[in-house]
Parts: sequence; C-alpha cells; structure tokens
Amino acid sequence: MIIEEKPRQQETPAKPAYKVIGTRPVRPDGVEKVIGRAKYGADIDLPGMLYGKVLRSPVAHAYIRSIDTSAAEKLPGVKAVVTSADLPRLSSNEYIDMGEGGGQLQDLHDNILASRKVLYKGHAIASVAATNPHIAEEALSLIKLDLEELPPVLDPLEAMREDAPLLDDQRYTESLAGRSSKPSNIARHAQHAIGDIEAGFAQADVIVEREYRTSMVHQGYIEPQNGTALWDADDHITVWTSTQGAFSVRAELSKLLLVPLAQIRVIPMEIGGGFGGKIAVYLEPVAALLSRKAGRPVKMTMTRAEVLEATGPTSGTYIKLKMGAKKDGRLIAAQAYMVYESGAYPSSPLGAGMSCMLGPYDIPNVLIDGYDVVVNKPRTAAYRAPGAPAAAFAAESLVDELAGKVGLDPLTFRRINASKLGTRLANGNVLPRVGNYECITAAMESEHWNAPLSAPWRGRGVASGVWYNWGGLSSLTASVNADGSVTLTEGSTDIGGSRATAAMQLAEALGIPYESIHPFVADTDNIGYNDVTGGSRTTFATGWAVYEAAQQIKRQLIERAARLWECSETDVDYTNGVLTCKTNPDLRLSFKEMAEKAHSTGGTIVGCGNPSPKQFGPAFATHIVDVEVDPETGKVQILRYTAIQDVGTAIHPSYVEGQIQGGVAQGVGWALNEVYDYDEQGRLRNASLLDYRQPTTLDLPMIDTILVEVPNPTHPYGVRGVGEVPIVPPLAAVANAIAHATGQRFLKLPLNPDAVLRGLGKIK
Amino acid sequence: MSNYVQVETTINDEPITFLCEPRQSLLEVLRETLKLTGSKEGCNNGNCGACSVLLDGRLVNSCLVLAVEVAGKSVTTIEGLAHGDHLHPLQKTFLEHAALQCGICTPGFLVAAKALLDHNPHPSEHEIRYWLSGNLCRCTGYDKIVRAVQAAAQEMEAVAR
Ligand code: FES
Ligand code: FES
Repeated sequence: MIIEEKPRQQETPAKPAYKVIGTRPVRPDGVEKVIGRAKYGADIDLPGMLYGKVLRSPVAHAYIRSIDTSAAEKLPGVKAVVTSADLPRLSSNEYIDMGEGGGQLQDLHDNILASRKVLYKGHAIASVAATNPHIAEEALSLIKLDLEELPPVLDPLEAMREDAPLLDDQRYTESLAGRSSKPSNIARHAQHAIGDIEAGFAQADVIVEREYRTSMVHQGYIEPQNGTALWDADDHITVWTSTQGAFSVRAELSKLLLVPLAQIRVIPMEIGGGFGGKIAVYLEPVAALLSRKAGRPVKMTMTRAEVLEATGPTSGTYIKLKMGAKKDGRLIAAQAYMVYESGAYPSSPLGAGMSCMLGPYDIPNVLIDGYDVVVNKPRTAAYRAPGAPAAAFAAESLVDELAGKVGLDPLTFRRINASKLGTRLANGNVLPRVGNYECITAAMESEHWNAPLSAPWRGRGVASGVWYNWGGLSSLTASVNADGSVTLTEGSTDIGGSRATAAMQLAEALGIPYESIHPFVADTDNIGYNDVTGGSRTTFATGWAVYEAAQQIKRQLIERAARLWECSETDVDYTNGVLTCKTNPDLRLSFKEMAEKAHSTGGTIVGCGNPSPKQFGPAFATHIVDVEVDPETGKVQILRYTAIQDVGTAIHPSYVEGQIQGGVAQGVGWALNEVYDYDEQGRLRNASLLDYRQPTTLDLPMIDTILVEVPNPTHPYGVRGVGEVPIVPPLAAVANAIAHATGQRFLKLPLNPDAVLRGLGKIK
Repeated sequence: MSNYVQVETTINDEPITFLCEPRQSLLEVLRETLKLTGSKEGCNNGNCGACSVLLDGRLVNSCLVLAVEVAGKSVTTIEGLAHGDHLHPLQKTFLEHAALQCGICTPGFLVAAKALLDHNPHPSEHEIRYWLSGNLCRCTGYDKIVRAVQAAAQEMEAVAR
C-alpha cells in the first residue's frame, strides 16, 4: 500500500482578479495576416534588387581543392560571385552566444561558406547574385568544383570510435578533465551527478536498463530561410530577414563581417515559424557580401531541399538509461549514457537534454554522462525545448516500464516521485515552486484518463516532461499619446502572438483598454538590445519589461496629478486607469484625461523597461494519448490527445492552447514519421515535404488542453513561458500508448508503419 | 525580350496583362512580377499548400501552374478574399479562433477553406480535415484552424438564412 503524501508548500495562491489577462482579444497584427498584406522576409522588394543562390556540396565529406567561378561570372545577368575567400579572416575564435544555443565563431564562419573542407551534403560553397533567380541558378551550374572526397561518418557511435574518419583534425574533446590529447569527433563530454550511484542501485528492488535511439528531425517551419542585404559604399549594412532575433543577427554579422554593430541595421520582417531554427545566420552574411560586390541589394531565399539539407535539424540521439526503484515505487537511482549528434559542428543541445531528462523526478542518486559528437550532417540548431524531447523519450518510456514492474499505474508512479519545490536535480539546480504535482493530479482527474478504452490494438500512454524556461533580456518603450493611446515599441520577434500578450500585460498594468495599445516590433536601430525569441522567454521577459514601463508611466501620472492638484504624491492613487486624490474625492482624472494634459504638465510621458530577470519559472507537463495500431499496415492513428500543462498564468489562453497544440503536433510527428533518412554516402533521401512527413490535418485529432495555473512567484503576473514544454512528452506518450496497444516496447523512433511492422515481426 | 510571353488574365476580378518567361510559375509571377506576395512559397513543389489560389474557382497550388497557363482564366488569391474592409467570414473566424500563429500558412488555408465552403457549405470535421490535408501548418496542430472553418461555415449559413 502506497502512502502518498501531498507535498507541503504546494498551496496555490488565489488568482488575482485580472481584467485583461485571461481574455482572448484578437491580435493587433491579425488583419494584415489574414488579408495577405503582412510582409515576411521573402516578400521584400527593393529597387535594383538582385537574387542570390547558393552552390552547395554534392557530397558529405571532402577537401575543397579548388573553386573556379570564372565561367559563372561571365554569364550575362550575373552581378557578383562570392566564396569563402570573400569572408573576412577572423581575428579571434570566440564562442558566440546566440541566446538559444551558440557556437564557435570559426564554425559559424565555415558553415556559412566552406573553406578548406565540406562537412555535409548541402554545405554552402559559393554564391551568385543575378538579375533573376533563374540566371543565378544557371550560373551555379557553371562553377567548377574540384573536391577530394573523403569517407563520411554518419552514425554518432561510429564517429566516437578512435579509427573513425575525423571531421576536423584540430577538434579535441573538452571535458571537466580538460582537453583530450588526441583529436576526436567527440567535441564534449559532460557529467551530472548527485548522490552515490552504486549505493543507489544497491538499494533498488527493481532495475530496468534500455537503449533508446532517435533520428535527426527538422523544425519544419513552413517559411524557408531568407535574407536580403544592402551593403552601402560607406560600409553601412541593412538587412531584412525573418529571424527569431534581429539583435542576434546583428551580432553574428558584426563578428563575421568585422563591421561595427552600429553600422548594421537589421529589420525584422514577419517570421513564418522558427522553433529555434531561425537564430543562427545562413544567408544574411552571404547576401551582404554579394551586395558589397554588386553594389545593389540582394535577396536570397532557400528552397525546401536547402532548408532540410543545410539548416539546423536537431540532434539524433543514443541514450542508454538504467533506473532503479524500490518496491514501494520510489525511484532510488538513475544512470545514463547519452550521445547527441551535433552535425558538422559542435552545436547539440546535450546539456539541456541531460538537465531535462529526469527533471520530473526526485531521485537521490543520479549519474549522467553526455557526449556531443560531430558527424557529416548539417550543423544542428535549437529546436523547441532543445534536447529535451529525445531525453524524455528515454526516461518516460523507462519510467512506464518501471511503474508496471512495481505494479503501479503510470500516473501514480509519477506522482509519488514527482519533483517539487526544493528538489535538487543532478545538474545541481534546486527547483523553485513548480506545478509538476498539479499536472499529474489534473491528468489523473481528467475525463480522458478515466474514459474507457477497449477494442484490440488500442492503447493509452502517458508521459511527463519539463522545460526550465529562460528569461533573457528585453528592452522596450511605451509612449503615451495625447489621445490616451499608447505606442509600445518592442524588440522581440513575434512568432505567435507576443505583440498581443505584451499589449495585454501593459493594459492590465495601466488599467486601460487593450485596444488602446499599439504594439510593434522595431528594428535594431530603433530600440535597445533584445535577446532572441526563444526559450519560451518572450511573454515572460517582455511582459516583465512592459510591467516595468507601466510602473514608470504610473509614477509620472501621479507626479503630474499631484502637481495639478497641489497635493502630495502620496495622496494620489492610481487604480484601474483612474487617478484620484485621497484627500479630495472631487479630484479625479482618467488615464485618457491625464494623457491629454501631458504636454502642458511637463512633457511626453514615456516608460521603458529593461529587466534582466535571473529567475525563471520552469514549466511541467503531463500528456495522455490514445492510439490505434493497424496490425496489417503498421500505421498508428492518434485517436485522442490531452495535454495538461502548468502555464503559470495564461495571459491569452487561446495562444497558450495554440502553443501546446502546436508542440504536441510536432512531438507526434517526431514520434511517428519524421526522420532524416540518409544513404551510406550521407545524402538525404527525403529532402522534400512529401517525404519528410510532417503531420497533416488527417494525422491528428483535436488536441485537448488542460491549463493548470501555478503562478510563477518571481514574475509580476505569474508568467512561466509555455511554448517549449509541450513538445517534450509526446514522443514517449505515443510510444507508451503503442506499447500498451501492441504489448511490444519500441525503443527507436520514428514509429512509422515500417518500424511498427518490423517490431510486430511482420516484416524483417 | 524575345522569350517573354504576354499573358492576359483576370486576377481578383481585375483584368491584368503581364509579361513572363515560359518557365515562370504562376506563384513566381504573382509574387515577383505582380507584387501579390500574399501567396506564400513553402516548398515550390506542391507539398505544402502555402501558395494555394483558385483558378476558375478550382483550388490549385500556384507553384505547380505555369504563369502562361492562366491566359484567359480567372485567378483568385488571398488578396481577393476580403472586399474593401469587409473581411470574408473565414478571415474573421481565423482571427477570433486564434487559428494562426506565425501566419505563413494562413493565406493558403484561407483560400483552400474558401474553395471547400464554396462547394460544400456544411462540411463535417472529417471533410474539413480531408480537404485541408494538402495544406501544412507547423504552428497550430490544426485544432484551431479546423474550428475556425467550422465556425465560418455556421456563420455563413446563419447569414444565408
Ligand atoms: S509552395 Fe506551392 S505547394 Fe508549397
Ligand atoms: S501558423 Fe505558422 S505554419 Fe501555420
């Protein structure tokens, strides 16, 4: 008999009575988007604009002996050709932090235009600008490449072997012990440890050990990468691009092109999805170099094949995991050996994977060894909760098995072991107040979990997950206009409604209508530095900045009122958008009335916010999924899906639900179909959206959401960040459901019809 | 100019004449020549639906149609859905139901959904999903898109009555 204790300190404070937060207004940028007028990066059109195209490596691994561009340059209509020789030589090789992920500057440099070697099929080698894209493409076919082919290494476990072909003979393994003595494809060895692993397993009554694998998968945004640049004769560069972080693009360009930050203006266009994949630059520096040569603006867009072959997928993984529990269901020890493939340059989200894998659990003895390994595939980039989904696939599959072995249902098992306020994780962090326990409880009480599910070949699976979220830097200004409207100038890319959530938080803080606020995203010349939109930080940190700006505006309103009313500032109250005088109830001014008087009472009223929040609110989720497996075809159909998530405070519940539903859809795709299918030479066999099978409308049911609100105590409105964690549980939830439908454990993703039939022994 | 072709067509109810090369797709001409950038390019090979337009009322991927093929025909793009500041019911319900996040797939979904409702005003959820399965969205998980189409169908029915 399990005695379950409800953790102490888990009382949730009553939700304040918000007026705007929690409502569902239409987003300010909505109309432009439904009438087709919103301008995305590829929609840019400039006088004299040229079109750029990239020549890419046809092979996965080779030395570049020579590149002859002379014939291409002579083609009528061609205005510029560049190769890596046109990129300035770097003076230093520093690490550049791009917000979500980062990398060595030299690696980024080599990824943009290969110099000595090509490291994957699709690696950029040269680029042409011409008067139209067809001429640019023709010119590419005139460039003569002399490559000395080398054997590629594609599997991370093979790449780790001492006799494996080396991608870079100057790459050594970095670890706590220092630098390896010999060059290696292992870029990094990291370790997380807590407790005593051997003593832990010695106390375990049940131990399960498994090996899990996942494939590289792509972020799959529908808008391909684009970048347009104009390099003026005075060395000022203007760039128009769809990016998660205009300031990150500016910083990367400055370091790569050796041009000061203030001479680079990055104009963020609307962005057609990013999910972590639109942070590192690919085309922007190339377009800039072409523009410098041609003296005209150059627009570049990628084809879908280029997106799949040459922009960041996320790592494929190998995870060997061993976990031990006591008879009563308590987890006592866990040990993992994790290998994340980085692609051509170190860039994998290994650290986050290690941190998130066991985050939902309080386990006293943990040892995790992680390896970041380069292979002849594209350089990986962040992808929604980078590193966590594959790790959770391993942990949550194994937890499911352990629960069965100790005779507990999977949710009870999870709740007994749930991490909570004060839990020390293997990475050394101690959890603040989180909603893990509440999510599992909500799952147990949900209609879905308690609904019957019969019929053969159907199964129900659950899984939990965590993403710790991020704060980062946001900077904005809110200017009060003479008619009581407010212009909110921010610098965070809006990918899915953050202009709305920023405006809502400002409306809440000032007690004014949401409709009176006009938020817009400024370019890098017009606002202070903002970090990328990533890590689920924007509604959190930009919301915080908005709150700060609102406090400044309030102070100014109160000052002005005190002056007008000839009373002390402490006698002025500002509540719900109305100034009143505590000592004379006849004196009152609405926000709008005070705004009208602003110019005559001391000038424009402006508030700014520049917070640097250091404490974030981790987000937990528990998902439930029902599947049906067709034993004849191997096809898995998702019958029902419920995602339960602690969202802190849902500022705009529809956008919160949308984030969750989108994350689930990507996770289901990862679980069932998405895969980077390479042949032995390292050529991607499925570089199209037909063959890289993202979920369609027919692959998914409606996705139900249950929003649990355990406010983040460190944020003025309790915001946690909601975008990333929903992709963490689906992989394991689907795999667990399939296990229950078939009686068969599947340890390798994706579970496409082929894999399922193989697992069922129907094909070899 | 010798390899340019003159094409006379109708776009969003307006007669238009343009010059194009025979190799140019309708999508390329819409976007680059006519500056109608509401139709988006997600794949350029018929797999994502972001470039959906109506050709004589039929739903097509404009990336798979050559521009010269639209001579004498009528093309409806996303720019032709609203009338002045009067949004199409689908445009309204997409906004109200938060059926877009990044919005890049939205023009394609709206055009495709309009084609559906034009010939099947009362589609079931399955019919909506079936019809829209050629349009990819990576942000929403489709839930709110399907609901927005359902809501538009209801609204249009209420207006028709
Ligand atoms: S761009 Fe035409 S279907 Fe994708
Ligand atoms: S809203 Fe982004 S792809 Fe659909």
